[in-house]
Amino acid sequence: MSHKLLSKKQLCPNVYMTDIEAPLVAAAARPGQFVIVCLAGGYSERIPLTIAGADAKKGTIRLIWQAVGKSTVELGQLKVGDSVENILGPLGKPTHVEKFGTVVCIGGGIGNAPLLPIATAMKKAGNKVISILGARTRELLILEEDFKAVSDEIIIVTDDGSYGRKALVTGPLDEICQAAPKPGLAVAIGPAIMMKFCCATTKKYDVPTVVSLNTIMIDGTGMCGGCRVEVGGQTKFVCVDGPEFDGHLVNFDLMMKRMQAYKKQEAQALEEYKHKCKIGLDK
Amino acid sequence: MNQQQLLDELLKKHKDGTLKPSDRFNIPPQPMPQQDSVERRKNVNEVALGYTETQARLEALRCLQCKNAPCVEGCPVRIKIKEFITEIVEGNFQKALDIIRENSLLPAVCGRVCPQEVQCQLPCTVGKKFKDVEKSVSIGRLERFVSDWGRKQHDQSSPAVAAATGKKVAVIGSGPGGIVVATDVRRAGHDVTVFEAFHKTGGVMVYGIPEFRLPKAIVQEEIDTLEKMGVKIVRNFVVGRTKTIKQLIEEDGFDAVYVGVGAGLPMFMGIEGEHLVGVYSANEYLTRANLMRAYDFGKGADTPIAMSKRVAVVGGGNVAMDSARTAVRLGAEKVYLVYRRSEKEMPARVEEVHHAKEEGIEFHLLRNPKKIIGNAEGVVTAIECLKFELGEPDASGRRRPVPIEGSEFIIDVDTVVVAIGNGANPLIGQTTDGLTLNKWGNIIVDENCKTSLEGVYAGGDIVLGAATVILAMGQGRTAAAAINEYLKSK
Repeated sequence: MSHKLLSKKQLCPNVYMTDIEAPLVAAAARPGQFVIVCLAGGYSERIPLTIAGADAKKGTIRLIWQAVGKSTVELGQLKVGDSVENILGPLGKPTHVEKFGTVVCIGGGIGNAPLLPIATAMKKAGNKVISILGARTRELLILEEDFKAVSDEIIIVTDDGSYGRKALVTGPLDEICQAAPKPGLAVAIGPAIMMKFCCATTKKYDVPTVVSLNTIMIDGTGMCGGCRVEVGGQTKFVCVDGPEFDGHLVNFDLMMKRMQAYKKQEAQALEEYKHKCKIGLDK
Repeated sequence: MNQQQLLDELLKKHKDGTLKPSDRFNIPPQPMPQQDSVERRKNVNEVALGYTETQARLEALRCLQCKNAPCVEGCPVRIKIKEFITEIVEGNFQKALDIIRENSLLPAVCGRVCPQEVQCQLPCTVGKKFKDVEKSVSIGRLERFVSDWGRKQHDQSSPAVAAATGKKVAVIGSGPGGIVVATDVRRAGHDVTVFEAFHKTGGVMVYGIPEFRLPKAIVQEEIDTLEKMGVKIVRNFVVGRTKTIKQLIEEDGFDAVYVGVGAGLPMFMGIEGEHLVGVYSANEYLTRANLMRAYDFGKGADTPIAMSKRVAVVGGGNVAMDSARTAVRLGAEKVYLVYRRSEKEMPARVEEVHHAKEEGIEFHLLRNPKKIIGNAEGVVTAIECLKFELGEPDASGRRRPVPIEGSEFIIDVDTVVVAIGNGANPLIGQTTDGLTLNKWGNIIVDENCKTSLEGVYAGGDIVLGAATVILAMGQGRTAAAAINEYLKSK
């Protein structure tokens, strides 16, 4: 079965959003889950991508991804009407949603994509949702309007001050944790380093914090163990035990090192692909 | 006298009834022709090349045709070994194949990967006579010869299918057990759908067992046969997540379900340094190399793998041998196999241990890792091991390895592959209410492979723990018979 791209939009440089036909996944998907996309049947990589939205009636899921390596760049080259051959999912445990009181949703860069369905579900469950969205610079900020629609309060920060506050997400997060009543839950999704410092911040105030990990993965069903992380001193598999974990227990330093495992080979593959396809990569 | 002359002479005696057991004992056991050990380090092509017709018939003539056929007792699926070997002697290879197929649906696979030396060939009278199991009749090689002969005839026939019954059966997992169940249940006329989580079918036969031991094309032919029989195959469908077993029954109208999802959760040693970059589970290492063809990275394959110079593989089973031999083919200069007992206790097949040694893999026996050492970037640089000695037998009947204190030593490596087994995948258990599991998470079944849930059957590694292809097939046959019986009354 192949999965047709029904829409495609570039959200910012190298970041694409598409609605794609996947009725089975759409029917089962819950916030927090992900899929594995494999472009063609041959020997393409299996790429784990979080589900940024699902419409069970239309039978579509929304994927948002950043073109960083050969396979995600190749995925970004597809046009509306093109298909990808394989989509497996939904995978991982869904987010635990209940009324926590105030939920702070912290998104960094592409992390806003998986965060959006979680923020939406938290709002629906009766929580007060405060969203903190961070980006390096204004043009890299994605999904601002969508977050406005589901947030009681929204705070934008940029590293360079080109939009919103010139700060890191941990700045406003610290302030929110100090306020009374303190948040019942924080959900942080973004670069590992950002999640690490968000957890360090919330830990000071004892605010429970959920993070969603996006480690290297192959099968996504527990079989290979490539996605393993250390949580509370124990080995956990992101694909079946996660992708969400108690951020205060995750060994981020180890995880960040593991995520660098194929940096050299990935760079080489991307170079060769660009050369071969002579594609005009957007700068 | 050359092989052909020897064969002609023996056949003549055989025909006029003067072939004596002593003549049979004098036939030299036929060695398996194989790829040169230096050459094969550089390719992924099959190592064992298969018997010639002459060799197969000579080997078949070594069989004494014992009245009680102890070999059959040793076969988990009770292939009529004596009968099929007789047909090989006569040169009736099609008949031989038909006899095997009565009991085994995957002879080309089993002829290659079954541990014959601990199954059919262990009780062989010829082997007993020489007090050496390696001198038993090479039943596995003969099985392989017959199935390969069949494939060369472009035998496109597929098993006959009975009239449609209107009953629907879901088979979860397209590994050896799933293929067997799908075939047997489809034969009875039921509508069968196989669900596979990967984008490629075949389970452990395609992600785990390397091409040099079991070519993918052979597995694909089995899948093609299933499709020709009208079995539907759905890839990229993970039962438990895409849909639960309950949904398959209640929403999609499946009357029975077979769970053959394999073991699927790699075990680690729990030692320091296991999260370093360059430490793999055997499953990950083999999946990258086999299923995703990482040996062709940049040449049509997109999944990378460590380009290792020095690799340590921990474990002593077939998976450990497969990993070590894969490392060699990926260009490693030094590959060490670290196993905590002695060679005698190794669960790997003797033939594969032998192949591994031929390919230059260094065995560190009675050694076990204590910790894995890395550099500032979190990349493996060495493995620290302890020496062991064998103590009293443990529950498994094997002598227990006991560490020798203060015997630590270090091997410099850049990659470590952990091949010490698999636990049960938790997904089906977590998402199927009422399914009874044991304390290790394996599904509990009765003698008919029936689970605690009405209409739900299970077999293979998810029931047995890590076992073999043939045991999974044996359970598949049992389960299929039970499903067919169950559906009659439904």
